[in-house]
Amino acid sequence: MTQALADSLVLARRNLLRIPRAPDLLLSFTVQPVMFVLLFAYVFGGAIETPGFDDYKDFLMPGIITQSIAFGGFITAIGLSEDLNKGLIDRFRSLPMARSAVLAGRTAADVVTNLVSLTIMITVGLIIGFDFKTSVAHVAAGIGLLLLFGYVFSWIFAFFGLKSSSPESAQSIGFITVFPLTFISSAFVPTDSMPEALQTFADVNPFTVVVNAMRHLWLDTPAGNAVWGALAWSVGLRAIFAPLAVRTYRRAAVK
Amino acid sequence: MSGEEAVSAQGLRKSYGSVVALRGIDLSVPQGTVLGLLGPNGAGKTTAVRILTTLLPPDGGTAQVAGLDVVDEAAKLRSQIGLAGQYAAVDENLTGRENLEMVGRLYHLGGPESRKRAGELLERFDLTEAGKRMVRTYSGGMRRRLGLAAALVARPPVIFLDEPTTGLDPLSRLGLWETIEDRVAAGTTVLLTTQYLDEADRLADSIAVIDHGRVIAEGTSDQLKDRVGGERLEVTLESPAQAESGIAALAPMSEERPEAEDGTLRVAFRRRQGAIAEAVRRLDEAGVAVEDVAVRRPTLDDVFISLTGHAAAQDEDQPE
Repeated sequence: MTQALADSLVLARRNLLRIPRAPDLLLSFTVQPVMFVLLFAYVFGGAIETPGFDDYKDFLMPGIITQSIAFGGFITAIGLSEDLNKGLIDRFRSLPMARSAVLAGRTAADVVTNLVSLTIMITVGLIIGFDFKTSVAHVAAGIGLLLLFGYVFSWIFAFFGLKSSSPESAQSIGFITVFPLTFISSAFVPTDSMPEALQTFADVNPFTVVVNAMRHLWLDTPAGNAVWGALAWSVGLRAIFAPLAVRTYRRAAVK
Repeated sequence: MSGEEAVSAQGLRKSYGSVVALRGIDLSVPQGTVLGLLGPNGAGKTTAVRILTTLLPPDGGTAQVAGLDVVDEAAKLRSQIGLAGQYAAVDENLTGRENLEMVGRLYHLGGPESRKRAGELLERFDLTEAGKRMVRTYSGGMRRRLGLAAALVARPPVIFLDEPTTGLDPLSRLGLWETIEDRVAAGTTVLLTTQYLDEADRLADSIAVIDHGRVIAEGTSDQLKDRVGGERLEVTLESPAQAESGIAALAPMSEERPEAEDGTLRVAFRRRQGAIAEAVRRLDEAGVAVEDVAVRRPTLDDVFISLTGHAAAQDEDQPE
């Protein structure tokens, strides 16, 4: 078990070492989220009514950060697909290392890049006028929830990455499936502004649940069961997608 | 399983859907020797290596490497082998040194030992300067050297080299051959696959020729060459018009009838000692004027064509 952990850390370190050397990857989780924050805050923000919030920026930040962190797992999707296609997975499988370390190392590395991304976005948020309205403990709990949710999505992206034939298709599968999900939620607009059918979907969408939990933890809005719901979704999605990813990894590797 | 054998396989079979890659092959590599698996693309060489390195489970048959079963003792076996070649890649976005250190840590050598081995291997493979650069800046030859270095990090007793020089320029091939020979001299057992006959001829103590998933011949390079009829004498005549008299003069030397083509006579013969002198004397007695006499040994190409009916390397420009 400790050996598996050590092997996972070696690979997590390797995955992180590579990132600054692939500038497009680095930009995608540092500069790109900042761009989206600024576009939404200043381009759309003025036109969106958010009753109960002081300002659209307050409404926006928990939502856009949740979206961005969920997408953080795409590094895993691209990375795994690349490693499979280029023969790195064969190299790893011929070594006396823990078999679980390839996926564990990938998803663990995403937690670090998500933390970087999160720090940048919160900083930008604070600069443009977002303000936490809760205690430090609540803010920290929110960060913890985001990292957990991001980690769960890394397993979903791991599954996509292993299912796809190339890094490019891994990226587009992830984009096509996750992007609409994040928009048909309470992340950017109040769900009651949507047509009824969409609203019904949006209200049960895990993104809505997590975003509402984040607003509670950071802005002290009424939460209902959102925090427990967010944890339940995270545990549930992990329970579905981690075994799927592991099974797909085993099959993909033995070709 | 005998303690003398570093690699042995009995009746290995593997299919991918309806495509049969291995139809039951037996292999045996004594410790400290080199076995060359020779065959064209798609013959099953890589499948055999993938099974022996635990990357792929066989559908049937058994195999042992370093005394360990490739299926039941796969985890233990992996610490005893090194793999290099077209499929076991190095990471393009890490430096040469980072690649070797990572491999060392994954062999569980520990941090300090991994760093030390990385330094030693970079120096031995003439990559010390390049070791600081990302692998994506490397030439093909440098990548292959780094790949081979990665296979040697943990000083494994058995290494597998899958087409180690495919796509390399002649000078890089020669350099890589010398490095492999050094490892063998130091006692390492090597199983290498190749579609190049000169590579098998140069490196392998024994050769297994694979075609369509079967071992169709095996033995030393010399034994295989003997199978296509030993040596040939080539006599160039001063005048092609004398070809018939030449054939008549040389006929008693061989069981086969000598052939003539554009004033050159070819005759198969077994006995080397004195054969040239005898041929020249016979031609001289028959009044046939000789311009040149040469002995031609069959190459592995001849062996391959006579065994399989087609040449070994049909497309040399295959992607890496």
